[in-house]
Amino acid sequence: MNLRSSVDIITEWDIVAARQLGRNEAKDVGFGTVDQARITTAISELARNIYLYAGKGNIEIKQIAEGNLKGLQVIASDKGPGIADVRKVMEDGFTTSGGLGAGLPGVKRLMDDFKIETVFGEGTVISATKWLR
Amino acid sequence: MMTRIPILKLRECLIVSIQWELDDQTALAFQEDLLAKLHTTAARGVVLDLTPIDFIDSFIAKVLGDVINMSGLMGAKVVITGIQPAVAITLIELGIRLENVVTALDLENGLEKLERELED
Ligand SMILES: Nc1ncnc2c1ncn2[C@@H]1O[C@H](COP(=O)(O)OP(=O)(O)OP(=O)(O)O)[C@@H](O)[C@H]1O
Ligand SMILES: [Mg+2]
Repeated sequence: MNLRSSVDIITEWDIVAARQLGRNEAKDVGFGTVDQARITTAISELARNIYLYAGKGNIEIKQIAEGNLKGLQVIASDKGPGIADVRKVMEDGFTTSGGLGAGLPGVKRLMDDFKIETVFGEGTVISATKWLR
Repeated sequence: MMTRIPILKLRECLIVSIQWELDDQTALAFQEDLLAKLHTTAARGVVLDLTPIDFIDSFIAKVLGDVINMSGLMGAKVVITGIQPAVAITLIELGIRLENVVTALDLENGLEKLERELED
């Protein structure tokens, strides 16, 4: 099983489209309302970060399976400025845009697996997975 | 595509029921509309009902927090009602504490609470 769908993030409205797609996929996998809200929120944070900091990029949503475990993986990728100090952006309250600085540390807590790959000056790929229990 | 959130006036209070998923523009327009309405009506309280809202991210949380602080500056109290369990859980996991915010279970309780506070 490897169902995937994706949304290009170019305008603000694409953030709405990405989280709606995420919620539908989460329902489809069988997640309950709390996990649906976690996944929707995580996608909203990642999509908005792309829009704000990279200008444009892509959110891919994949239904995945590992053994008996089913899950939903969200991959946010952009060719923006990249992140110079990954440790710093994972701190609660760190922001370069006057936000709450809650997005990335929040996504890490909302999801089960979380990974940032970034090259300063080249772009960022963030992957976050929620497993169905 | 932008929708405007209706703001109703009941006695000394404004009542807002957010019925749709909030996109960024709608949230920001709402912030301005509410402050303008507070100004023109001289309302002393606001009940903000979030019953249909099924998630709140850091942006919406910031807008809501700002609305509450700005309303306070204008002399109005805000009561938030109808936060769904899933929303409460994700807000805490995001690390967002809506501090000093008065909440109530539903619109009716919220209005009662607000009117009691305004009497004091
Ligand atoms: N895709 C990205 N490309 C480049 N920099 C990024 C990217 N995503 C996040 N950042 C940087 O990491 C910082 C922290 O991001 P985070 O989402 O945690 O907080 P925020 O966006 O500043 O505020 P909030 O999400 O609470 O509104 C951002 O301020 C930005 O500098
Ligand atoms: Mg962010």
